[in-house]
Amino acid sequence: MTDPASDARSAGRTAPIIELIDVNKWFEDFQALKDINLAVLPGEKLVVCGPSGSGKSTMIRCINRLERHQSGRIIVDGTELDDDEKNIRAVRQEVGMVFQQFNLFPHLTVLENLMIGPQRARKMTKAQARERAELYLERVHIPEQADKYPSQLSGGQQQRVAIARSLCMEPRIMLFDEPTSALDPEMISEVLDVMTELAESGMTMVCVTHEMGFAKRVADTMMFMDAGEIVESANPETFFGNPRTERCQRFLQQILGH
Amino acid sequence: MRLAGHHRTLFKMLALSLIAVLLSGCSNNWGWYVVSPMTKSGMNNLLFLIGGLKYTLLLSVTAIMISVVVGLLVALPGLSENRALKLFNRTYVECIRAIPILVMILWVYYGLPQIADIQIGVFWAGVLALALSDSAFQAEIFRAGIQSIHRGQYEAARSISLSYTDTMRFIILPQAIKRILPALGNQLVYMLKMSSLVSVIGMQELTRRANELVVTEYRSLEIYTILIVEYLVLILIVSAGVRWLERRMRTDEGS
Repeated sequence: MTDPASDARSAGRTAPIIELIDVNKWFEDFQALKDINLAVLPGEKLVVCGPSGSGKSTMIRCINRLERHQSGRIIVDGTELDDDEKNIRAVRQEVGMVFQQFNLFPHLTVLENLMIGPQRARKMTKAQARERAELYLERVHIPEQADKYPSQLSGGQQQRVAIARSLCMEPRIMLFDEPTSALDPEMISEVLDVMTELAESGMTMVCVTHEMGFAKRVADTMMFMDAGEIVESANPETFFGNPRTERCQRFLQQILGH
Repeated sequence: MRLAGHHRTLFKMLALSLIAVLLSGCSNNWGWYVVSPMTKSGMNNLLFLIGGLKYTLLLSVTAIMISVVVGLLVALPGLSENRALKLFNRTYVECIRAIPILVMILWVYYGLPQIADIQIGVFWAGVLALALSDSAFQAEIFRAGIQSIHRGQYEAARSISLSYTDTMRFIILPQAIKRILPALGNQLVYMLKMSSLVSVIGMQELTRRANELVVTEYRSLEIYTILIVEYLVLILIVSAGVRWLERRMRTDEGS
């Protein structure tokens, strides 16, 4: 299998699709992000791990501006994120996000959950939106749940609907914020399988997760964060085989140890 | 439409008390002839009283529709991060809800035409006063309802690039309204009762008609008893309707 991301990186010609330059963020007195520098290439799969409170969620939430950074620059797909609402919405059209708590719209059916974005933000007709929704519902293997409400589905099914909802916007980048942390163990693999298939389709992905099996399978780059800093960033072989810092070693021991 | 259990109990109690009142009417203290459907004048009086229902309903329903819209428009700035918008919301709510409804009615009917140089009829003065008074409460109800929606709903809407208006219209408000429906029902009941105050400026609603009939017939006990029954029946029907709507919206989510 050829790897577009590392090919592009070694050739040094493709521009990054996500770029964070010296990004800092504070919540009141607490500094959540410290001088974050990051570049993600088109097609690259970045997996971010680290202890809770390390800033990994905050970092990816800055990429689609669910959090506002206070200094530094964030450029996504050529658009710089600033206070301009037009830029923010342009970026959000290209960046899908999957949340730990699914955040499906409980008052809408599965199909309506999927159609609302294309209809309202992409200005598609109802028929077009429906066609697209059915396509992506098929892609996450639950076409038969189309007319149910989220509360009638299992956690794993809900998370797959959430993934499909993002995909219906046909984004260029997908962000995953601990997508399996709220799931019962037996449902984790169905969600990871869908994510793996998505990775194989060439999607640019940034995943915050502690599922190291998944990370080893799909990641081009592994990243370890602690206390608001990027402590280590390497390809999976180096990252798992030969972590440089003690903090990272200890963390990996803890989560791989059981 | 099936009525909920406690509603049926209420109706039974109502029927029993009605019978009690009518029976006691056989004694000399009562003079039910004044509204007896058996006589021509009694029937006319009864129809005159019930005729006020139309205006009570029209007044309350128009007013509550306006106050819901105004309340929502006042609630939204209150949820903003902007301090000026927040201040507007607080000022409006605190000032409007400090004004007694009766005073508001008098001020709108007698005062407003003098400063605004407009002609305002009894009906619209009543609607305006009721709607203004109620809008402050609606604003608080909406604010609480919208605030009760989980932050994740906004984030999910934003992540698929929905605009603020679309997020409110399709995601937040449908869920918020479902939650505040009992409170909105309360406000409607409250409004139906408070519309009786508009009688002071001459609106021909239920209370005004009862007052007028009392003046000509001198049978205040019977006529005001009928008035109470009119409000009671009206409000029982309205709250049964609201409960039916609540149940319907609950089953909408399939759980």
